[in-house]
Amino acid sequence: MNSSPFSLDKWERLLVDWQIFAGGFLTTLVIAVLALALALLLGIIFGMFSSSHLRGLKGVSRVYVEFIQNIPLVIQIFFLYNGLPLVGIMLDKFTIGVLGIGVYTGAYISEVVRAGIQSIPVGQMEAAKSQGFTHVQAMRYIILPQTVKIVLPPLTNQAVNLIKNTSVLAMIAGGDLMYRADSWASSQLLYGPAYVTTGLLYFVLCFPLATWARNYEQRLKSHDVQATALPQKSKKVFWGGLPELSKKGAA
Amino acid sequence: MELLSSIFSRDNVLFLLAGMRTTVVIAASTILIALFFGTILGLVRNYDRGILGRLSAVYIETFRNTPLILWILAIRFLVPIPAFYSGILSMSVFTTAIMAEVVRGGLNSINKGQFEAAYSQGFGFFQTLWFIIIPQCFKNIVPSLLSQMITTVKDTSFLWAVAIEEFTGKGMILMGRFASSAQVFLLFAFMAGVYFIINFTLSSIVRRQNAKGESLKKPVPVKA
Repeated sequence: MNSSPFSLDKWERLLVDWQIFAGGFLTTLVIAVLALALALLLGIIFGMFSSSHLRGLKGVSRVYVEFIQNIPLVIQIFFLYNGLPLVGIMLDKFTIGVLGIGVYTGAYISEVVRAGIQSIPVGQMEAAKSQGFTHVQAMRYIILPQTVKIVLPPLTNQAVNLIKNTSVLAMIAGGDLMYRADSWASSQLLYGPAYVTTGLLYFVLCFPLATWARNYEQRLKSHDVQATALPQKSKKVFWGGLPELSKKGAA
Repeated sequence: MELLSSIFSRDNVLFLLAGMRTTVVIAASTILIALFFGTILGLVRNYDRGILGRLSAVYIETFRNTPLILWILAIRFLVPIPAFYSGILSMSVFTTAIMAEVVRGGLNSINKGQFEAAYSQGFGFFQTLWFIIIPQCFKNIVPSLLSQMITTVKDTSFLWAVAIEEFTGKGMILMGRFASSAQVFLLFAFMAGVYFIINFTLSSIVRRQNAKGESLKKPVPVKA
């Protein structure tokens, strides 16, 4: 038998157990979608809090963001898994995944939303209020719709981070893709194919999102340029960088 | 008081400190290695249209779109080096890709005119990079670099997945010896608090840097 960690017979054994990987992939996907929904909800609420004029709300949002962003996700997940049961709160691993990763990403999305809201000129809010909108109405109908375009790329990047972060559940045997792949790999002693397959599955989820975000941002920038300068074609960026610069670099 | 002394006995404190040293050493090495290779990779991806540019793009996208834990596990089990070094290696190859993107962000923020001006003064391509572009690039990306430092410090806690006893690992080992919820919660609070102090200090610097950047920015007249 070939002893290389990537030999053909090892791939065959992986194919036989493909359901393990498919099941893990599905679990990761479901956790990611639910966690993203929670993160968006928290992010929009706290993002609005931190851009409001009420000190109390601002403070609450500040505390949330600073605490969550400055403490490792691993500690937060371990706390939900090892700490809470001691006071009688038993959460299953799926819930821990959705809750822990959702709350974690929510703090990042809150900052994205805050930056988006602050990028809208104050005049918009003043104009809305002069027309009789309440603060919440103005947010809902005037401000937030305008921020969507600006926050989409960073939001998508946060979604990519969220998907990658679901792999933290492997540390509490969470049944996600990373956990199932790793336990399969160590039980069969077949690390090579297992990790390559896992990597590809994560890549398939993340790469399209990341690429879309990059191209969308690029397009937004070129539209902004169009508004003030000569029109130019928007260029899709996949692998390269700035084409104009690199041509000079070669010269 | 008894609660405190049961957790923070001399032995336990030394035990946790050893973990903190591992965390700091791994995080610092990772940052330095990733900064060095990330800068090279970022420059190559931005300015080389040939095979090297494409290869660095493939490297960056591969690591940016797969989780760190995967690399920690894969390198631990597939590369026969001691756990500690495998930790530094996996953190470094991953963070290099992120750093490359940070550096690229800095490079793209520099006006093309800088190149033209440097060429007109007789600078070559590499001279321009070294004397004109890179210094400005690094000045621009200081906040992003600091944020990446925070992320790296937090990321070291993933190394507990392969039983590298950094700060989180030591804390969790210690926690296994305590049964009462008060002790466990106190230890959790302590661990979280230590990470918080380190990272909050860094993030306060980020905010100050950002504020300084804002105030230095003079209003630029909109080009017609």
